[in-house]
Formats: sequence, C-alpha cells, structure tokens
Amino acid sequence: MSRFLLPFGVFLVLLGFLFVGLKLNPREVPSPLIGKPVPEFTLPQLHEPAKAFSPQSMRGRVWLLNVWASWCVSCRDEHPLLVDFAKNHQVAIVGLNYKDKPDDAQAWLAQLGDPYTLSVSDLEGRVGIDFGVYGVPETFVIDKQGVIRYKQIGAVTVDALQGKILPLIRELDQG
Amino acid sequence: MRTLAAILLTVLAAVGGPAGANEAVPTAQDPVAAKRSVELARKLRCLVCQNQSIAESSAELAVDLRRQINEQIAAGRTDAEIVGFMTDRYGDFVLYQPPLKVTTVLLWAGPGLLLLLAVLVLRRALRQQAETPAPVPLTGDERARATRLLREEAAAGRDAAR
Amino acid sequence: MIPEIGQLALILALLLAIVQGTLPLLGAQRGIRAWMALSRPLAAGQFLFVAIAFLCLAWSFLTSDFSVLNVVNNSNSRLPAHYRIAASWGSHEGSILLWVLMLSLWMQAVSVFSRSLPREVLARVLSVMGLVSVGFLLFLLLTSNPFERLSPPAAEGNDLNPLLQDPGMVAHPPMLYMGYVGFSVAFAFAIAALLGGRLDATWARWSRPWTTAAWCFLTLGILIGSWWAYNELGWGGWWFWDPVENASFMPWLVGTALVHSLAVTEKRGAFRRWTVLLAICAFSLSLLGTFLVRSGVLTSVHAFATDPERGLFILVFLAIVIGGALLLFALRAPQVSGGGRFESISRESFLLANNVLLIVAAGSVLLGTLYPLVLDALSGGQTKISVGPPYFEAVFVPLMSPMVFLMGIGPVARWKQATLPELWTLLRWAFATSLVAAVLVPLVTGGGSWGLRLGLFLAFWILAATVVNIRERIRNFRGAVHERLAMQPRAWWGMILAHLGVAVFIAGVTVVGTYETERDVRMAVGDTVEMGGHVFRFDGTTEATGPNYRAARGTVTVLRDGREVLTLHPEKRTYNASGMAMTEAAISTGVLGDLYVSLGEPIDAQSWSVRVYHKPLVTWIWSGCVLMALGGLLALTDRRYRLRSTRQQRAAAVISPA
Repeated sequence: MSRFLLPFGVFLVLLGFLFVGLKLNPREVPSPLIGKPVPEFTLPQLHEPAKAFSPQSMRGRVWLLNVWASWCVSCRDEHPLLVDFAKNHQVAIVGLNYKDKPDDAQAWLAQLGDPYTLSVSDLEGRVGIDFGVYGVPETFVIDKQGVIRYKQIGAVTVDALQGKILPLIRELDQG
Repeated sequence: MRTLAAILLTVLAAVGGPAGANEAVPTAQDPVAAKRSVELARKLRCLVCQNQSIAESSAELAVDLRRQINEQIAAGRTDAEIVGFMTDRYGDFVLYQPPLKVTTVLLWAGPGLLLLLAVLVLRRALRQQAETPAPVPLTGDERARATRLLREEAAAGRDAAR
Repeated sequence: MIPEIGQLALILALLLAIVQGTLPLLGAQRGIRAWMALSRPLAAGQFLFVAIAFLCLAWSFLTSDFSVLNVVNNSNSRLPAHYRIAASWGSHEGSILLWVLMLSLWMQAVSVFSRSLPREVLARVLSVMGLVSVGFLLFLLLTSNPFERLSPPAAEGNDLNPLLQDPGMVAHPPMLYMGYVGFSVAFAFAIAALLGGRLDATWARWSRPWTTAAWCFLTLGILIGSWWAYNELGWGGWWFWDPVENASFMPWLVGTALVHSLAVTEKRGAFRRWTVLLAICAFSLSLLGTFLVRSGVLTSVHAFATDPERGLFILVFLAIVIGGALLLFALRAPQVSGGGRFESISRESFLLANNVLLIVAAGSVLLGTLYPLVLDALSGGQTKISVGPPYFEAVFVPLMSPMVFLMGIGPVARWKQATLPELWTLLRWAFATSLVAAVLVPLVTGGGSWGLRLGLFLAFWILAATVVNIRERIRNFRGAVHERLAMQPRAWWGMILAHLGVAVFIAGVTVVGTYETERDVRMAVGDTVEMGGHVFRFDGTTEATGPNYRAARGTVTVLRDGREVLTLHPEKRTYNASGMAMTEAAISTGVLGDLYVSLGEPIDAQSWSVRVYHKPLVTWIWSGCVLMALGGLLALTDRRYRLRSTRQQRAAAVISPA
C-alpha cells in the first residue's frame, strides 16, 4: 500500500508549491545590487546639460534614485506620490531620465511637477544597464556610504513608500 | 554627439552607396565575433520579455544588451567576463543555463537521481517478474476449446470483412 | 441574443454534466440499470449544448458583435474571416470553451463507438468524463464567461494579437486540445477499471485505440505549434523549451509511454498497475499544462493573460481530480495481480525500460520547468533563476539516446524470453552499418561534432533495425515479398511508420543543428549575400497594405549559378489596431533544406538589416512528426478495432484464466 501512495505524495508536494507559486510574481527579479556600492557614472543634468552629476557628490546623505521617462506609462501613476514625497520630506531624489528626449522630459516635468532635486539624462540607457534597470520606473534607496539598500521594481506605491522606503530612510538616517 | 553620428552615417552611406551588386555588409564586422555574440545572446534571458533570449527579442533592452555584448567582445573581454557583467547587474535570472550552486544542486542532479531511482525500481520489477511462477499450462480440453473459439472467431471475422 | 443563448446552453450542459457525473456512476456501483443507461443520452445532450454554445461564440466573433467583451478584446472588424473564427479560441475564455467542446466530442465518440462495452464500464467511463466536464463548465461559468456583455458596446475591437494571426492558430489549438482532452478517455477508462476492480487485458484493449487517437492528435498539435513558431517568430527556431511548450511535451512523453505499455498489457497482461498509473499521469499532466498556461505562475511567450483567481480554481480542480485518482490508485493497486510472466531480456523488458526512460525524461522536463517556481517559493521571492534550452538539451539528449537505441532492439526481441546472443546475431549488421554511416557521413559533408555522429548513428540505427524487423517479420510467411508485406496487420505497419518517423525526426534535428548557417547583414538595394550555394539579392522594399495591417514588403531574389531561381517577400508588418510590429519571414521550403529570410529594422533610407538563414533538412523535423502521427492513425484502422466480437473476449477468457 505505502509504495502505491508515493505518486499521491509527490503530487501533494507539487500542489503545495503550485499554491505558493500563485502568490509570487515571476516577473519581479530581485536585484543583485542590493548591498553593493552604487555604480559610478557621470551624466549631464537634464536642465543644465553643461553641468555633470556623479553619485560621488551624494556621499554622506541618504538619497533616492528614481528611474523615469516621459514615455513610461506607470511613471505617471507614481509621479504624484513622488511630488508629494518631495514636498514633505527632506530626502534628495535624483531622477535618472532613461532613454528619453530631453525636450519631452522637461515638458513632462513642467506639466506634472518636478519632485527631483535634479535629473540626469541617460540618453543611451548605459547607466540604466549598470543599475540593472529592466523596466521603468524603478527606485533605489542609497545610504550615506553610497551603498544600495533597496530597490523598488515598478511604480512606487503608497504601501511601498510607507511600509518599506520611509522606515528604511529613517533607519539609515540614524546610522 | 548625435549630429556627428548622423553626419558620419551619411558619409558612410554615400561612400558605400548602392552602385551595383555589392556584397552586403555584415552588421558585425568580424564573422567570428558575430557568431560568438549570437551564441552569448542566446544564453541570456531578456528580462522585459515574456520568455525570450536577448538574441531573439526585439525589445529595446535586448537591443541595448546585444550592443553591450558586441562592444565587450570588440574590447577583448572573454565570454565569462561578459556573462559576469550581466549577472552582476541582473542576477542569475538572466542565465538560461543556471550555474551550479547550492540552490541548483537538485536541478542538475535531479534527472540523474530520477534515472537511478527508475533503474532500481526497474531491476526490482524485472527480478520479481522472473520469480513469479510460470502459469499453469492449459489442459488438453481447454486448449481444444480455445482453438475452436478462435477458429470460430476467425470465421466470423472473415464474414464481417466481406 | 445569440450570446445569451450560448450562455444558457452552457448552463444546461453543466446541469447535464452534473447528472452524468453522478447517477451512472452510482448506478454502476449499485447495479441500477436505469441509471447506467442514462450515460449515453446525457453525453449526447451535453455535446449538443456545448456545440451550440461554441457556435454562438464563433458566430459572435464572425459577425463582430462588439457588445461581447471577449470579441472586443480579441477581434476586429478588419480581421479576415478565418482569423475571426480562430479568435474564438484565441482568448483564455474561448480556449476553455474549446476544451469543453473537445471533451464533449470525445465523450460522444466513446458513447458511439463503445456500444459493445459492458454496461457498467461504459457508465463509469462516461461518468468520470462527465465529472471532468463539470469542473471545466463551472470554471467557464464562474470565472471565465466567454459571453460577458459590454455595455455600451464598443465601436471597434482591439484585434487579435498579431502573433496569433497565422494559419497555425486555426489548426494548432484544436489539434492540441484534441490530444490533451483525448487522454481524458484513457484516464476515464483507468478510473473505471480501478472502481470496478477489473484491471485486465480487456481493459487495455478497450482503452488502447482511444489512447492512440489522442496521442496522434497531440503529436500533430505539437508539430503544428512548432512549425508555427518557426514561421511566425521570425528567427527560425522550432523548439524553445518554453514552459508552455514543455506543458504540451510532458503529456506527449507520458502518452508515448502509455501507448507502448498498453500494448504490453493487452498482449501479455503485464505492467497492469504501471499502465493504469501512466493513464492517470498522462491526463494529469494535460491538466497541469492547462494550469501552468493560465495561472501566471510561470512566464512564457505563449501564456494567456493570467489571473491568480482562475489559477486557484484550476488548482483546486487539479487537487480533486488528480489527487482523487492517485488516492484511488493507491487503494486499488495492491489488489491488482502482476500479470504475464517475462524474463529480464524480452520484448516486455525492453518496452518497460523505454517506458522508464520516457518517464524519467518527462520528470526531468517537469523538474526544469517548475524548478524556478519551487526555488522562488522556498526563498520567499528572493532567488529567481531561469531554466532554458541549455539545461534541457544537456539533460534530454543523454536520456533519449539510450531510449532510441533500445527502440531498435525492442521490436525484434521475442515476447517473454529473448537472449542477447540471438539479438546480436539479428542486429549486428544493422549496428555496424549505422556505426559506419555515422562515421562516414560527416567525413563527406564536413564538420563533425560528437553530437552529429550520435544523431546520425541513432537515425541510421532505427532505419537499419526497422529493415531487420520487416525482414524477420515476413520470413515465416509464404508468397512474393509484396504479398507477404501486405499480409501484415496495419497496427504493425503503424509501429514501423512511427518508428521511421523518429529516425527522420532525429536526422532533421541533428543536421539542422549542425549545418544551419545564419547571416545578419545590412543590405541596401542591389546588395547580395551568399549562403548555402545561393546568392540572395536585396531588391528593396515597397509599401504594402493588408486587411488589418501595413507592411514594408521586401523583395529578395535568390540566384543560383547566376540564374534567378526564386523571389522571396519577407515583410515587416505594423498592425493597425494594436500598433504592434511583426516580422513575417519569407521561407522557401525544400526537402533538402529551407531558405529563410526575415527583415530586421530599417537602418537608413536605403538599407535594412536582414537575417538570412539556410536550414538544411529542417522540414524533416516536422515530416518525422507527421510520420509518427500517421503511424498512429494507421494502427487505429487495424482490422481488429473494426470488428470486436464477444467471441474474441470469450476466447481470451479461456486462454488466460486469470
């Protein structure tokens, strides 16, 4: 009898995994960059292309890097949250304007509000690759030592902001 | 920068413009490098696509990553270095051939273990088979009855076929 | 009005299915004839109502009724008529309806062709299928109503996904589902046998033709799908080890094992428990495939728009159907006797070994397909990996090579008892010939990896062993060779044909894998590229307009020895409704190889990036599958399935008094 129960047992295990699998999102790939130093880059600023920006200049501060583009639909969803966040908190948000036309990007910000301390133009998306960006928007939380501590894949939501990003920023600010 | 590229392209196009039957220009200059590039790209998964390699996908990110591969091959990087470049940024998820790690031991050993298990079960089954007593041979009467029935059946079969 | 009729028909079909799934089954357990007799009219009624529902849906699509949500989402008034009909199974909802339609079709077929079955068996079989039908009809009506109305109606539809606008879409899903669902018949026979406690050769004989039929459909379905991907995806691949492909391949592997083990159970009474388990597994894997494609647990190019709620429903359904079946197996299997005796070297043992290899292969495909999910679940979403073609190829070839080798030996080995020296005498020339051919051919054609030699050896080996098999088979008959050949039963010829199909398939896979060439070039008007002895000249593109798309239509002239031999028209299409760009490759198909041209992106005003492939023997891959399916069909037309007399059963009962 017992050996004939084996197929049933195997099936139960399989069923368990499939059940858990229903709640997982196979499209959300965790970043290997968590806990690693932020990739170095130098890019022209969106509003003043003559000025360059490098993450080096953010040493000693906790900051957010938000990858966005004017062609990106879900960026519109998260944008009001970011604008709101910028108004109420003293945390710098750097925008990485990913594979966008600077004119379009500036018009977009002019229309929807600009939550960014500054934005930089990644015209060819090379810096995006260094950050492992695979879908816009993405948001990174970077600590005072320049280490990436968290990555939000997809639009920032109220839940993610209140539940993860803000508490993390507070904790990092203490340290 | 962009205008410069545009000018260069126009000049190139003018120089290599169609004047007759030209041998087509490979998109990659070096055929060996091109082959390497395609082989590498086939092994890497495009993250934005449903489930395609970056060689197959026409998504923008796939195009960018193909360009990365080509540039790195041109810069003399090894395959391992290029694959490392990808996994540093996107994790093991980009590899269609998962590396052997603690987490993937069962994946790689699984088929072998399954086969081993199957062979053991098979051997047991075969031994059991060989040990089961041979069926009692039919008595003369039974045999005669069976033959008769079979013959009738064959006759009926011919009828039906007709 | 029409959609409401369709929905009403589905509800009625559900009610009938509920009765069909219960009363005849109870009747069979308690010996109530009137209840058992209900099964056939109920199956007919169900078929009628499901067919009505399906026709209503097809009608809504055909007439572009944009008050139906499903039509709005998956069709367009400019879509050609045959794709509008195919669109009725292009969506998740419609494809489940197709599933149910196929199920009721199989039920009706069982009810028509199995009149000679004992009353209890037929009642149980149809009841089990009725229960499966209940699940799917409930699923349709509760979570995936294909007739849901949209108010106010839309002016125009969103169009069918351009990827699906291919002749493959017309044929692939119906064939594939006929195969998937066809295994429900074998499943139902297995459950009926377990319930009735009679697992003998007669059971195997009843379910064998049904299994073969389902297997043929599944083979054809997979082959059409592969051919479709080759045509439509634009980079000339034919199999990608995508989870959805694997989902169809696993039931095929297990189904193949089942077809063979049924043969042994029928002929020799052996492997009874194993065969029953396989019958359960084949259909379980079909159901699992349905779940994987629709639940969103895995990412795939072919998956439907997914919904976890639907996933949960199917999962619960899986748990009930498969779990119930396996529990029943665990309860009843110990009472089943082992059956016919055989030695460790005999045709039985070879068939059993191959069965085991096929199952291990199916298990490995399952492992590779689900491993990312399992790892993801165990790590709480922190470890994501991909398992793709390199893994499956690495695992599959070592498992299938011995299987294919044994395939040459099994059919010439004697039942019950064979000896190795005897087999060696029979097959040594076949073995030597294929070995020599595998070494020589690469010397002539150039190149030569071990993979190539292995593939060639296996292909030649099956061919040579088949020749030996034919020679041995007709040796004991009298008459001219063609007469002796004609005397052999069709079932045997079916086996020969299907096995040759495997040889053709392996030859195709091996040769295209080794010798295919590909060039990615930038071409301006007048540029040429040489490949496989052909010169391709790019003659520019023109604007073309299709019924629902615009296209840049390229003209590529192929020259051989300076003469124009053919013109190919690869297209880059942009579909109006979705704005989606599609590459439509131009393919010149030949027995010896395909020429395959696809347009990449325009580089500037004059030039395009163009991909040119030469794929030697690629059509052999699909031809091999066609031969396999034809072999199955031929076996189905065997005389003994056309006349089944009770005398035969009586004779069998006397010969094996078990």
